[in-house]
Amino acid sequence: MSLTDFAFLLGGLKWTLGLTALGFISGIPLGFLVALARTSGSAVLMTLARGWIGLFQGTPLLMQLFVIYFGLPLLGLRVPAWLAVGIAFAAHASAYLGDIWRGAIQAVPAGQSEACHALGLGYAATMKDVVAPQAFKLSIPATVGFLVQLIKGTSLAAIVGFVELSRSGQMLSNMLYQPLLVFSVVAALYFVLCWPISIVGDRLERRMQVSR
Amino acid sequence: MDSSLNFAPVLERWPELLSGLGYTVTIALSGMALALVIGVLGVAVRRLNEPVSTFLVRAFVEIIRNTPFLVQIFLIFFALPFLGIRLSPAVTAIVALGLNGGAYAIEIIRGGVDAVPKGQWEAGHALGLRPSETFRVIVLKPALRAIYPSLSSQFVLLTLNTAICTSISVMELTSAGQRIEDETFRSFEVYFTIMGIYLLLSLAVMTMLNFVGRLSFSYPTK
Repeated sequence: MSLTDFAFLLGGLKWTLGLTALGFISGIPLGFLVALARTSGSAVLMTLARGWIGLFQGTPLLMQLFVIYFGLPLLGLRVPAWLAVGIAFAAHASAYLGDIWRGAIQAVPAGQSEACHALGLGYAATMKDVVAPQAFKLSIPATVGFLVQLIKGTSLAAIVGFVELSRSGQMLSNMLYQPLLVFSVVAALYFVLCWPISIVGDRLERRMQVSR
Repeated sequence: MDSSLNFAPVLERWPELLSGLGYTVTIALSGMALALVIGVLGVAVRRLNEPVSTFLVRAFVEIIRNTPFLVQIFLIFFALPFLGIRLSPAVTAIVALGLNGGAYAIEIIRGGVDAVPKGQWEAGHALGLRPSETFRVIVLKPALRAIYPSLSSQFVLLTLNTAICTSISVMELTSAGQRIEDETFRSFEVYFTIMGIYLLLSLAVMTMLNFVGRLSFSYPTK
């Protein structure tokens, strides 16, 4: 494998990072809405949020990619491939993050929101000033863990034909006839990317267990 | 091209979808069995507290946890022939699913074993059991019982991961879908249908695992 070949893989890595960022950053506000709906107390919103979460956690990410990728044009939305795939990852992230933050919101003792209610605070103030800050702290380790899951998940965009790191690896392996070498390098690149994040996540989780 | 939805061309291929589903279920269940074995063995090896083997198990877990399943399955698919082992795509898929699920199972089961009170190990020792016997006869079952819910969710994820095995042309559900898509051009309808089948499958797997859990772990603890 020459330096140009390696640079080709790094070009793919750039798209892996881009897709992850797109999915994660747009997944955050969407996931927050899902978490709010899931804990809202309104039967309709809760059922919708539960269905949304169940749909994404109960089907393969690959199917979600396919359905959104082929479904958007049917809705009359002609978007470039990267955006279609990005939308799929954002929807996927919104369900997983929504469920993580649902757990965190529910982990904040009910007495806290009851106290806010007794003090005459509205829903928005209770959430923004009392519940969310505490829930946010509780949810960091799982959120970091999901980031690793999302980075690995972007590899499936390769099956849709999107040229990110895994697809670059496939193409290079077909050119060089050295699958073992190429995929080892690809795996190493993913590892270098994910391992530090995993370590941070594990450490945060341990610290949180101690503080409780 | 006709752009209205039409599920008929997809649904009439139900025998192929059914046989794909059969394949998916087979490799998923075999993968779970292998993952459970790897998980228990990995934890047993780590309990030896022997530096080299502990390092190897930890390295295995970290490498699997921090690389995508797609890359793992490619590596296994291309690496095994180099080692002189020729396996069919389906068996390769089971090995890949087992290794992947096994790494997560090691982490999960280790948590369960750590949660078993130290007194149980000491009781085993006092009864004259060797540590390996204590692990097998006394500790393992309550440990599995404690982490069974996490293990079940991991096994549902393993089931969903079988979709990725289409990339090494295992004839499972997704692959059946891709074949139907190639011939009918009904991309959305195919994958929408298959997504529904996966949703039912993951519910069924969860129900089955709950049932197995109730059968295996519903003994009185006090």
